[in-house]
Amino acid sequence: MTAKNNIKVALIGNPNTGKTLLFNQLTGLNQKVGNYPGITVDKKEGASKLSNNHTATITDLPGTYSINPTSLDESIVLKTLLKKNIKSSPDVILVVADAENLKRNLLLFSQIKDLEIPTVLAINMVDQMQRKGITIDLTLLKEELKTEVVLISARKNEGIDDLKAAIIKCHVAAKASPMCSVNHKIDPDYFDKLKEISPNYSLYELWLMVTQNNYPDTITSEEKEKLLAFKHDISKLKKYQHKETIYRYQEINKILKKTYLVDKTKATDLRGKLDRVFTHKIFGYLFFFLILLLIFQSIFDWASVPMDFIDGAFADISGYLKSQLPQGVLSNLITDGIIPGIGGVVIFIPQIAILFMFIAILEETGYMSRVVFLMDKIMRRFGMNGKSVIPLISGTACAIPAVMATRTISSWKERLITILVVPFTTCSARLPVYAILIALIIPNKKIFGFYSLQGFTLLMLYVLGFATAILAAYILQKTLKIKSSSFFVVEMPNYKIPSIKNVVFEVIEKTKAFVLGAGKIILALSVVLWFLASNGPSSYDNVEKEITEKSVSQELPENELQQKIASAKLENSYIGIMGKSIEPVIRPLGYDWKIGIALITSFAAREVFVGTLATIYSVESDDDNTSTIKEKMASEVNPVTKEKVFNFPVGMSLLVFYAFAMQCMATLAIVKRETKTWKWPLIQLFGMTGLAYVSALIVYQILS
Amino acid sequence: MLSKFDFLSTIASLQIGEIGYISEESLDLIPLKLLEMGCLPGAEVQLIQVAPLKDPIYINVNGSHLAIRKETAAIIKIIKAS
Repeated sequence: MTAKNNIKVALIGNPNTGKTLLFNQLTGLNQKVGNYPGITVDKKEGASKLSNNHTATITDLPGTYSINPTSLDESIVLKTLLKKNIKSSPDVILVVADAENLKRNLLLFSQIKDLEIPTVLAINMVDQMQRKGITIDLTLLKEELKTEVVLISARKNEGIDDLKAAIIKCHVAAKASPMCSVNHKIDPDYFDKLKEISPNYSLYELWLMVTQNNYPDTITSEEKEKLLAFKHDISKLKKYQHKETIYRYQEINKILKKTYLVDKTKATDLRGKLDRVFTHKIFGYLFFFLILLLIFQSIFDWASVPMDFIDGAFADISGYLKSQLPQGVLSNLITDGIIPGIGGVVIFIPQIAILFMFIAILEETGYMSRVVFLMDKIMRRFGMNGKSVIPLISGTACAIPAVMATRTISSWKERLITILVVPFTTCSARLPVYAILIALIIPNKKIFGFYSLQGFTLLMLYVLGFATAILAAYILQKTLKIKSSSFFVVEMPNYKIPSIKNVVFEVIEKTKAFVLGAGKIILALSVVLWFLASNGPSSYDNVEKEITEKSVSQELPENELQQKIASAKLENSYIGIMGKSIEPVIRPLGYDWKIGIALITSFAAREVFVGTLATIYSVESDDDNTSTIKEKMASEVNPVTKEKVFNFPVGMSLLVFYAFAMQCMATLAIVKRETKTWKWPLIQLFGMTGLAYVSALIVYQILS
Repeated sequence: MLSKFDFLSTIASLQIGEIGYISEESLDLIPLKLLEMGCLPGAEVQLIQVAPLKDPIYINVNGSHLAIRKETAAIIKIIKAS
């Protein structure tokens, strides 16, 4: 296949038009997520075979109602389209519209058309037209819109071949004409002057540069200066933008009058009936609460089976390799460093996949918009937005996709607050820490006769996370001095049965983002940790000899001697030294230097806590004892006082510390990326960790 | 035509199920985004639902089903159908 026959297609459409499903149908699993050049936002790209001679690279742009952006997501669309005449700019734009909302969808189409790039219109969901009493005169519509128009059903995979043929046809013809040449009708003189500035851009492109303050790199400084002159009269710009929109709708109405017919008697009011339940004062919240319960129940119950399996499998692999590989540094690195490291990443996949499956289903059905509607007023009291609910729920899996999910919030202040408080929600990385500590310090009893006390403690920790997030948002709302207009509009789409394909793809994509994002850091840290625990300064090498010499007189049994040596080695390793040096600081919280080591490593990612203790104790006890990490922790005693290390006050203090502390490098990195400054991630790091320290201190001092 | 309508009010003053028509004089006040989503002068607006805490509200305008906040709804003047 020659590169000449590869067509670059940009996929654009309103939200809820089935755009993502079409993208999945066109590209299958040939998708990859990359970055937009110059913009640090994920870009979804996929390859599609159009015909025997043509392939296409399809870019899925975020859903938008208009080319004039009001959120970060939407501004990507504008930025991509204004980059004309460069290598990555699209050859053909594919606009997806929904047959039921064709009028509103055509507004975006008319704007795109005026950019004078070859454009194909795909009208989706035609399988539902009959039920909704819609008829479209396709031939006349093609003529009126002066472009290729194809009727498709992405869900039923119908019309896709026609669409592929239309893309090729449109690309070969390479004809592009504006649809409205709208600006001439508003103020001819004004727009003639604008057009004169540059022959390299269409009038509408120049108009967008002025109104959106977004200039492509290809523009000369002289042209830019002239464009800036148009910005003097802002009120005039605003007025003309309004007029432009009205004019576009007038043109669209004219065309649709001739080509589009709706028989309203055929319409069924399923949406109305369901809305009465889902947005009801009482039933609405009740239903949402039940959904949340179902989600959390499944995260614990369903995910525990594959998680236990993964846990066991990695332990087996490690054990098997230990017995097979020759003794040496390299095999130690593999069995004690790399394999537990990979296991530490893989173990979270079931929970993350299940949570994102639920979120994808809720979004696909259209129910999520109703949640936003229900929650907006409540969230606003705390400086957030109805749309903040989705990141806060996602945060219970992983803060990384949750921070990215805030992009739909158009108010910067509301978005920033949401980003800042999301890491308080109990993510799945805290779960193994909670699980092991609860098992150690909370008795396995039933309360009220049926509810497990351990389960109740875990639930309380989730509540604590949410409550702290909300409270922190409230404080931030009062203290952050950011002026940003809070504009809110949410479409309440029709209820739909979710597409399994979309849900599966979404789950794969989000899980991949986690594995590649957080996974790399966790794995790298596991290796570093292993190195620091099995190496040390010069004294480290003499430890074995010293202990052996000292013990000669005591005539210790062989295994006890080995244990003593291992323990001394750890104490003298780099990590032992690090743990010891912070011991004075953490002593008031009830922690010893071993817990200190785990705390240090947890600052890369929380779940490393369990892994670190596992490493510390397995490094320490060099026998083939198969006792679990929990048993090892339970039997750990303070060498001086002979008291248990993980007693109730220490456990509670640790639980509180992990609930609040900002211990995830991957999250800090993503917050930096999304806020474009280190200021906010640093505030999170010090603010949250400070809160964790003080709270853990209070808890320990009261309980002990 | 006008005799069929009575007083001037805003979208925020609609009762559930009630219908109004966006008045021409609101044009410059309507946020561009809403305009683009179909909230045009002359368009029919029906109030479908009010969120449990009285805000936001859920409207059907020009076939678009939208949730907007009350503060926005209060800017958009309408003529109510009597």
